[in-house]
Amino acid sequence: MSRNLKEKFQLSAKEYQDMVQQKKPRPPLLKNMVVAFVSGGLICLLGQLVLNFFIGMGFTTQEASNPTVAFFIFLGALATGLGVFDKIAHHTGAGTAIPVTGFANSITSAALEFKREGFVAGVGSKMFLLAGSVIVFGVMTALVIGLISAVI
Amino acid sequence: MEYLLAFVVGGLFCVVGQLLFDLTSWTPGHVLTAFTVAGGLLGGVGWYDKLIEFAGAGASLPISSFGNALVNGAMSEAAANGVIGVLTGMFELTSTGVTAAIIFGFLAAVVFSPRG
Amino acid sequence: MNSSRIGNHTIKIESPAYLSYSGVVAGPKEGLGPLTGDYDGVKEDLEMGEKSFEKSERRLMEDACSIALSKGNLGKGDIDYFIAGDLLNQITVSGFCALEHPVPFLGIYGACANLTQGLGLGAMFIAGGYGSRVLVATSSHNCSAERQYRYPTEYGFQKPGWAQWTVTGAGAAVITSEVKAPRITTVTWGEAVDSGIKDASSLGSAMAPAAAAAMLFHFQELQIDPQYYDLIVTGDLGQYGMQLARELMERRNYQLQGNYTDCGTLIYYPHQQVGAGGSGCASSALVTLGNIYRRLNEGELNKVLVVATGALHSPTSCFQGDSIPAVAHAVSIENE
Repeated sequence: MSRNLKEKFQLSAKEYQDMVQQKKPRPPLLKNMVVAFVSGGLICLLGQLVLNFFIGMGFTTQEASNPTVAFFIFLGALATGLGVFDKIAHHTGAGTAIPVTGFANSITSAALEFKREGFVAGVGSKMFLLAGSVIVFGVMTALVIGLISAVI
Repeated sequence: MEYLLAFVVGGLFCVVGQLLFDLTSWTPGHVLTAFTVAGGLLGGVGWYDKLIEFAGAGASLPISSFGNALVNGAMSEAAANGVIGVLTGMFELTSTGVTAAIIFGFLAAVVFSPRG
Repeated sequence: MNSSRIGNHTIKIESPAYLSYSGVVAGPKEGLGPLTGDYDGVKEDLEMGEKSFEKSERRLMEDACSIALSKGNLGKGDIDYFIAGDLLNQITVSGFCALEHPVPFLGIYGACANLTQGLGLGAMFIAGGYGSRVLVATSSHNCSAERQYRYPTEYGFQKPGWAQWTVTGAGAAVITSEVKAPRITTVTWGEAVDSGIKDASSLGSAMAPAAAAAMLFHFQELQIDPQYYDLIVTGDLGQYGMQLARELMERRNYQLQGNYTDCGTLIYYPHQQVGAGGSGCASSALVTLGNIYRRLNEGELNKVLVVATGALHSPTSCFQGDSIPAVAHAVSIENE
């Protein structure tokens, strides 16, 4: 497969890969981690405030997580629709991707993008392009564990 | 105190995600899927719920809690109604999240357009 | 016969094929870059008044073609062939643009090597006596490319520092046998090269071996060295890919020094945050048909080698675990 590389430049694919790795700039790991920590932490902090707000309104702790999650999904969808989520995420990385806001963004961004192809062929069919595997593998995990727990 | 815990634990979840983004060639889809599966596995042994008790939104907001919720739904219904409960109960706790995502995603597509 | 084949890859264009007119239209971000003075038009936004990014890209190509033709007082049908290519599936941008020109249409796909593939073919058609005027065009649009190759444009993800930014723009050139201008003197047709790279965010490194191979064929077959040219540019290897190409050439004892640069590194200022640099068909087109073409006309440059580079992958091939093949074609443009 890398015949041309070897023939012309006397390099194996592995040697070329090493050359490439050497040239690649290192990601600013520490900075990225700190920003992800702070931004993700802030989202969860806000989440705790929202959770307590709903508990204060009469929901039990268990029940309150439902409107809380819905709120953050709304927030993620709105930020995506307004075109600001991707600009923020460029800096925050995992800080916005890991909380459920990231899930909302993956669905909303796909829905928005494929609107050009119509609501059925575009929005409807392609909405789960990016989020689908989260749901599928979550379900498969729950299936396996659920079956194990039913049998034990 | 609960706010500090939510901040720190939530932040740590994100740091793990960031490390995976930066140090591996996994796509964001792979990372989020891995988190979900991990949340489900931890939920299966009962640890994830303890983490939620400890850190509140710091553990319930990251996508891993979605996996935990699916597992809890399946397990609790299976405990009540046997094996079929795995199918009937799975989306009990996650219904809000998935439904909200579809509704808000769809509405956003109606109102907004991608700006590039 | 009016041109001769040298070695297995190089064609010497012996009867005149002049790059007589050019039209270059850029997107808003490109318009804020250092080469903005050399674009015939700059769009205010990415939508350009159209309903989708794909339609916006058609607008870019159609405008570039109109501008090039109008410089020669030519109508849309006053050419013998229309050769065009872009990055979108089934090269629909080119296909729809071809509806504007009631002449034979040849769609091409060399990914981001479309520019030199088109210029080379156009020159061969002219020199071979198969026509006297050929319109060549290529385009790319950041959003239509992202949408197809990577993610929805509003998706929040972090790009690694070695990733590149697809240039929004289009370039068109009218090659004629009669209207004197800088001449296309040789074409070196590249082979598909497999670098072993599988990472689609690292296209510069996937394409560097193909670029180096094309340059190698060119220098070896014509028996010249890099110093023959005032300027050598690759299309879109980016900052890191450029260094790789240089190192690969050094292994074969060819020094690419001060007269070598990459189009993708010229289009944006550092503060515009484009990672390793611009990419896409428009990367080579905006620089070659804008800045370089002007400098050739003014006599500041007299001998230029343009090596546009293309990555021949698709999202499907990458997901299936294949590495990324690449191709590069070199075209020399010289003042008589």
